[in-house]
Amino acid sequence: MAETDSGSGFHAPSISEFFPPAIFFDGTPFEFNRIQLVRVIVTVLLILWLWLSTRHAKLVPGRAQSIVELALDFVRVQIVESVLGKTAGRRYLPLLTTLFFIVLAMNFAGVIPFLNIGGTSVIGLPVVLAIIVYVTYIVAGFRKHGPGYLKISLFPSGVPPIMYLLITPIEILQVFVLRPLTLALRLLANMMAGHLMLVLCFAATHFLFFEGGGLIPLTGVMTLVGGFGITLFEIFVGFLQAFIFTLLAAVYIQMSEDDAH
Amino acid sequence: MDNYAELTGNIATIGYGLATLGPGIGLGILIGKALEGMARQPEVANTLRTNMFIGVAFVEVLALLGLIAGFLFI
Repeated sequence: MAETDSGSGFHAPSISEFFPPAIFFDGTPFEFNRIQLVRVIVTVLLILWLWLSTRHAKLVPGRAQSIVELALDFVRVQIVESVLGKTAGRRYLPLLTTLFFIVLAMNFAGVIPFLNIGGTSVIGLPVVLAIIVYVTYIVAGFRKHGPGYLKISLFPSGVPPIMYLLITPIEILQVFVLRPLTLALRLLANMMAGHLMLVLCFAATHFLFFEGGGLIPLTGVMTLVGGFGITLFEIFVGFLQAFIFTLLAAVYIQMSEDDAH
Repeated sequence: MDNYAELTGNIATIGYGLATLGPGIGLGILIGKALEGMARQPEVANTLRTNMFIGVAFVEVLALLGLIAGFLFI
């Protein structure tokens, strides 16, 4: 939310945007703020949407059902089967579909009026999702190869043995630290940056319209149009990040199960 | 005489601008090459696009680390 107190000059958005005051249970460990409320609302809406549109699923789908089928089919064909293949893909399809829909819905909350903030623009949710992916691909690796998973992923074959001095530390860092970390940070930072841009545009519009003298309000038109442009861009980014998150989760699982690294 | 080149505030605020340079070049090369490949061989466009997005994700996270660092260390 833009914090433009009337008549007190322009306030640029800051990191405090993402830590709004608590609305329920203030001062207890169960503090509940606006962003968490948005997450709950989005989750309920997502469940309702998926439940209502597939409750009476027919062989010839109606309008609501065909939209859901389009989305489900996109995840299955474009992401899961193209990376993992048909047989391995089938096992991870439920997990990856769930990830895709959660990330997509939480991202879109950032551009829905009155919600106005993405559930993924605070670190909690991206970290939880990244940990789920992390556990999944490590378990997938050990289940497929047993303890040999460590050898396969940390000592890639076809490399002169002396190079392991260099490669193994990098691979340890890569597999156990950087992959989950970047997965969470990428999603978080994208949604955070998008929200800041939106707030900046609309806060500037407010400031220019109501506090600028002379011809200055005319420049406010530019920031207003820019704000709508960025809203459209955010819809695109929200979709792209959901796609990339799921795609990378699939790629990491595939790398774990792959025989030759 | 006043010093007009004086810098006030925190120099970390220009950090993100610098952090976008490398990934910007990287993304340009990466997406350009992918498009080149798609134009040459339209039949593998889908594979190229998927792999391009994976690469984009890796490059893009560098720029985003700059953004995060800007907020953390300001």
